[in-house]
Amino acid sequence: MRREGSPFTGTGAVFAKEYADHLGSARMRVIEALVVIVGVVVVWVAMRDLKDKVTQDQFIFLRLFTYAPESNPVNFAGLLTFLIPLVAIGLGFDAINGEFNRRTMSRVLSQPIYRDALLIGKFLAGLATLATGLIALWLLVMGGGLIVLGVPPSGEEVARGLAFLVIATAYGGVWLAIAMLCSIIFRSAATSALTALGIWLFFSFLWPVIAPAIFDGILPLIAPQRVLAGSATADDVAGLLDVQQLIMRFSPTVVFQEAWLGVFSPDQFTEQQIMRIRLDPRLGHRVIPGSPLSFGQSLLMVWPQFTFMVAGAIVIFTLGYVSFQRQEVRA
Amino acid sequence: MSDDLVIEAKGLTRRYGRGPTLAVDHIDLAIKKGEIFGLLGPNGAGKTTTILMVLGLTESTEGTVSVLGHDPLREPLQVKRRVGYLPDSVGFYDNLSARENLIFTARLAGIDKAEAGKRIEESMARVRLTDVLDNRVATYSRGMRQRLGLAEILMKRAEIAILDEPTSGLDPHATFEFLEMIRGLKADGVAVLVSSHALEQVQSVCDRVALFNKGKIALQGTVEELGEQVLGLRHDLLVEADGQDIAARLGKIEGVSAVEPPGSGRGLLVRADRDVTAEVVAAATRDGGRLRQIRAIEPSLQAIYNRYFEGVKDAA
Ligand SMILES: Nc1ncnc2c1ncn2[C@@H]1O[C@H](COP(=O)(O)OP(=O)(O)OP(=O)(O)O)[C@@H](O)[C@H]1O
Ligand SMILES: [Mg+2]
Repeated sequence: MRREGSPFTGTGAVFAKEYADHLGSARMRVIEALVVIVGVVVVWVAMRDLKDKVTQDQFIFLRLFTYAPESNPVNFAGLLTFLIPLVAIGLGFDAINGEFNRRTMSRVLSQPIYRDALLIGKFLAGLATLATGLIALWLLVMGGGLIVLGVPPSGEEVARGLAFLVIATAYGGVWLAIAMLCSIIFRSAATSALTALGIWLFFSFLWPVIAPAIFDGILPLIAPQRVLAGSATADDVAGLLDVQQLIMRFSPTVVFQEAWLGVFSPDQFTEQQIMRIRLDPRLGHRVIPGSPLSFGQSLLMVWPQFTFMVAGAIVIFTLGYVSFQRQEVRA
Repeated sequence: MSDDLVIEAKGLTRRYGRGPTLAVDHIDLAIKKGEIFGLLGPNGAGKTTTILMVLGLTESTEGTVSVLGHDPLREPLQVKRRVGYLPDSVGFYDNLSARENLIFTARLAGIDKAEAGKRIEESMARVRLTDVLDNRVATYSRGMRQRLGLAEILMKRAEIAILDEPTSGLDPHATFEFLEMIRGLKADGVAVLVSSHALEQVQSVCDRVALFNKGKIALQGTVEELGEQVLGLRHDLLVEADGQDIAARLGKIEGVSAVEPPGSGRGLLVRADRDVTAEVVAAATRDGGRLRQIRAIEPSLQAIYNRYFEGVKDAA
């Protein structure tokens, strides 16, 4: 059955209203406070610990994002790994059920628009709000860094920073889609928020524990005979590591961590990353051992993570879309 | 489909779940251009479900519905562009002003900005909310929200207005005003489909009504037609006259079945099954009698409703 008209009619109107709502809401004040606090702390730590290393470190600006003081081993990017989902859930958990609870849904859907427009407009508005916060934070950290460190960032550092912004927004998109899915499934905003937070807890804290256990469980089933006998080739190990990694990557948190590590640490790889780089025909012969990856090589390395997050957001959004299309609008 | 029909439903049915009961059970509806059509019936009779199917907000299980010549499920935008809907206990964005709420709706409806501004002023004036146009909707009373919903329909210049229990929860004066506004819609040539429990109000504004019972339309037509079907053909009169033995004289007229004091007020209620007006006048003025007042009693929807549902209960 072909539908008449464009599914996007009205998307702009919904987007504009929702974005304005977000920016004027109390939630935005909370996000602003977070941005300022986090930004100031990061710059302060940089002033304390990084200032002296400016001359020694080629990527001093990137260290702003990845440096963690020994007393408190959480770096800026790691902090965002936790903060972004929380903010995204805060923006999306009542997107759809809120309309039902305010009894505005049937009035809105009796206007000449498709449900697509409402869902897409709301998703994009949430994403834009999140991106606004991230950009503000990014500018604060880069600007503060500039003042404190006394040197401008190199072009490559800026490019890596921007790549991080894009990746972080995609990561936010995954959680926004999860939050909106919950807001479609559950009529109660509290249940929706709680479920989304539960999913976040599961993937952030439990999955990294569960995934290796699952891998250990299936190892005897998937490993070639010679590995079990104790004589594995490098290819075998790489293959098995890939499987383990694949299981880990069910968690968006893990994928995001891989991605920002890839962007921010051109000169620091894990054993496994080095092996993967060597084996990757696109990268291998161009990597000179001991020297940092070029920006292009880093992008190639994190491209799968990025597409995985975008695809994940789209899949989850589609799930929500399908169940929203079938809902009866009685309020 | 004939030209002056704006909504036409045939065999429209909706089933929830797998049970044998149907929320709406093979109903036929035909609503004409410029008429006010009332949907009546007890709670859960299927009025709202019918409205949702007409709007395409829920799918029908069986049957067809055509709104202004379009199928609401296949061509939803065509239908929604020309139909205004005021849902049961309508909600607005409380954090926005009435004007901002209407601007948002206008954008969704694809009305351009300048035009929308003009229409908003106009329609808010018609529902007498001009003074509070820029107040937040959070400060609106229930009656004001209801009128704001109506303003939205006016702003859209809808050809059909569908109102689900628009007067529930309104005080008598607000109800009266609201009914006036519904008549105003009709004067503009808008077809109005209104569901309600308030029988007197429905009777006072509706040209035709459909009486719902357990998902079926039990009766459909003008109030007089319904009265005939349920109460039988009646020509009751209220007579007020001075004179000796008026009651006895009137009772002797052929066709008069009873003469009794009316439920309230003065005079006599003459129950008749044919038109006895001339005979009553003659009898009342004979022998120096003076006729003060005579008027036909129209069947009240309340009486029809009560009688019908008593009958249904007895049959069950
Ligand atoms: N989502 C649903 N699932 C199952 N049954 C439903 C659902 N929605 C409505 N019903 C049933 O459909 C029937 C018709 O409901 P509907 O809301 O159309 O009644 P109504 O005439 O509008 O009543 P009211 O005067 O109370 O508004 C009811 O018996 C109700 O229980
Ligand atoms: Mg109802």
